[in-house]
Amino acid sequence: MKRPQIATGLIILYIVAVILLLISLDRTQVTFHLLNMIAFPLFVFTPFLIVSSPIDTRLKAVLILFVLAVAVPLVGLYDSSYLELIIQICIFTALALGLNIVVGFAGLLDLGYIAFFAVGAYVWAMFTSSSPTVFNINGMLVPGWTFYLFLPIAVLVAALTGILLGLPVLRLRGDYLAIVTLGFGEVIRILARNFDAFGNPPVNLTNGAQGLLDVGRPPLPDIILNTTGTIANTFNITIVTNLQPVAFQILLYIIGIAIVGVVILVAQRLDNSPIGRAWTAIREDEVAAIAMGIPLVRMKLLAFAAGASFAGAVGVLFGAKNTFVSPESFNLLQSISVIAMVIVGGMGSIKGAMFGAAIVTLLNLQVLKALSLQINSLKNIDYVVPIINFHIRDWPSQLEPAKYERLVFGILLVVMMIFRPAGLFPEARRRLELQRNDADLPDEGEISKNAEAIGRGDN
Amino acid sequence: MVSVGRTSDWVYKYLVFPLGQMLVFITGTAVVLSIIAYTLAILFPEPRPNIVLMDQINRQLPGMVISGISIGFVYAMIALGYTLVYGVLQFINFAHSEIFMIGAVVGFEVMDAISVAGALQQWNPVLLVLVTVLAAMLISGLFAVVIELVAYRPLRGAPRLVPLISAIGVSFFLIDAVRAFEAIHRNDFNLTYPVNSLDWLKTPLRVAFGENTVNVRITGIIIVIAAVLSLLALNYFVNGTKLGRGIRAVAQDRTTAALMGINVNLMISLTFFVGGAFGGASGALYGLNAGTISPTVGFFPGIKAFTAAVLGGIGNITGALLGGLALGLIESFLNGILVYFPAFGQRYTDIFTFSILILILIFRPNGLLGEHVDEKV
Repeated sequence: MKRPQIATGLIILYIVAVILLLISLDRTQVTFHLLNMIAFPLFVFTPFLIVSSPIDTRLKAVLILFVLAVAVPLVGLYDSSYLELIIQICIFTALALGLNIVVGFAGLLDLGYIAFFAVGAYVWAMFTSSSPTVFNINGMLVPGWTFYLFLPIAVLVAALTGILLGLPVLRLRGDYLAIVTLGFGEVIRILARNFDAFGNPPVNLTNGAQGLLDVGRPPLPDIILNTTGTIANTFNITIVTNLQPVAFQILLYIIGIAIVGVVILVAQRLDNSPIGRAWTAIREDEVAAIAMGIPLVRMKLLAFAAGASFAGAVGVLFGAKNTFVSPESFNLLQSISVIAMVIVGGMGSIKGAMFGAAIVTLLNLQVLKALSLQINSLKNIDYVVPIINFHIRDWPSQLEPAKYERLVFGILLVVMMIFRPAGLFPEARRRLELQRNDADLPDEGEISKNAEAIGRGDN
Repeated sequence: MVSVGRTSDWVYKYLVFPLGQMLVFITGTAVVLSIIAYTLAILFPEPRPNIVLMDQINRQLPGMVISGISIGFVYAMIALGYTLVYGVLQFINFAHSEIFMIGAVVGFEVMDAISVAGALQQWNPVLLVLVTVLAAMLISGLFAVVIELVAYRPLRGAPRLVPLISAIGVSFFLIDAVRAFEAIHRNDFNLTYPVNSLDWLKTPLRVAFGENTVNVRITGIIIVIAAVLSLLALNYFVNGTKLGRGIRAVAQDRTTAALMGINVNLMISLTFFVGGAFGGASGALYGLNAGTISPTVGFFPGIKAFTAAVLGGIGNITGALLGGLALGLIESFLNGILVYFPAFGQRYTDIFTFSILILILIFRPNGLLGEHVDEKV
């Protein structure tokens, strides 16, 4: 009875402390970036902390609602770069959850997953960009409010692409599938780059390597603008010089959270449905799954389509957020970063995928960047590292941590594979299976050993 | 004491046969591709106004074949690395493209060191190329062995996705590790081989074909010679030595090989060394040919060589040779001919390469020369 209360108190204390810490950071200080690098991840992890704490479920919901609805916008008002990062985390969370369906649930390693994200982004960008595409020239551009219409359209188009790319690879497994999907990812990127002169006579569909500029955005409702203004005034936040962009970011944040919410719901329902069980069966043993009467083709295509549709939806959001879409945003590095998210969290685990998305996005977009900025600011004051007597200004300009994401992903992948191949939050169902075997049957050692072997997919 | 009969046997087995094989593969692919090209020329006589495809093909054919052979040998040498490792471990060494990249970087560093010492002009051309390529082979081979020890060996016996993901991790790690090294070392990622001062390397050989002359690059000739020599050596090593027999035994059945007293781990390390050395050599040769390289240079040659390995039948050494040569020639023909089709253009070459990979995997997953193996795909 006592413990939950203490936990509740501690968590509320933690939330308040982190928010205060973030707000009180002094941007003029030399060590700001270093502190920021620590403080912001602490803030991002509050929802995960709340979920895994031993407190009442209703209280959890209230606390998470508080963090999402009050704390994040508030912190975002103080520094809109936080909001930007959180929108990125939303986007990558949806991507990781989508890939988790393909890789985690169905066991199909897809190295070209980012292509579906690209499809979503391009579907929206082609019809709204001011770049000289055939749509723009022929006056086929659509107004901003159709953003909400394009979300389902992108979902459909991405799902169709998923099925189209899935069809030829149905027979492939394991490493072959990985390489072919990698090829597909590259093909989609090259097509996006080459479709500035598609067909004969050439038609400009994607504006090629220059990318699509000025991608449309959903209209900003007055209510968000006014509310943002009122809150900024009440809290006396003077940092906000121009209200419009910040209010817009809050709108995108709301859309992002809504998409992630839907995606979590869908992923959870799928996982616990007959479809999810069929995927698990395919992942564990394809031959046995066929023998049990699972429609392999339909289930595999469904996995590709479901995974792709998530990416399509956030692709639209990505286009609207960046207002710039170019083929280079969808390279192999991006695909691997999404893979890294799923693997760090634990293949097949929804909570794991979300946690992985948060960690990897933070590492990629915040920690490494903050290190770069910190090195630059130390360079400016000509800081000398004591003992080894190293002048920071001698730090090679090309050795900027922000540009070494691959190093981090690489180490992350290898280390995870060697030490925790099941991820930080291993999938719950697998644990459940093993436990049930232990409890029900007399010869538990034997059975659980067998189950483990099956679980590892040995054959 | 080697008797006359055994000598001629040896010559046939390790010289005539493999050389003949290469010749057959090259002529065969070139003939097939020429037939396709001329069929295209008959079907689309004038794909662009005022351009007669037939004339263009007549003019370009020797050049396309020659450049196809040299790039084909590079692909074949990289593909060998994939195939050797696949043969013993049934696993695709994703990091092999980065082993290739390390070879290219090492080759550059060696040449640059010689150049800085001011000895580039004095050195004998053969010695220069030999030192560059051998250094790249050694370092790349060692890298491959270390990678296997650190990132693959602890995962042996794990589900197939696990070492694959680890290999992707290694590949990414290596790219940025080399970038960091070059950033500290010279603060620049674009590494240009110091070959501009070498006249013997820059002046192309002019060869007459009928009324046309074709410029044959010296680096292309170096690639072909080096590749043929090393392929002969590999053929001897795998089929003619005790260690090679050990590798083949491990590839056939790891458990039985261990029971027969073969040191399986040593054989696997050796395989990685040989595969890595081939990757390194092709990297240095590729760098010599391309002039400028960077730490991300490995991706496209890597995936194309993988395609070549699959095309020939992965796990099969002869298959890698055939696949590499075929893919090099296909690519060279595509580059030469797609230009005349306005709807496509050269920039679709990579897409065609990927399509080839996908088509083979779907319709003939065991490759052109691969025998049927259960549960491979």
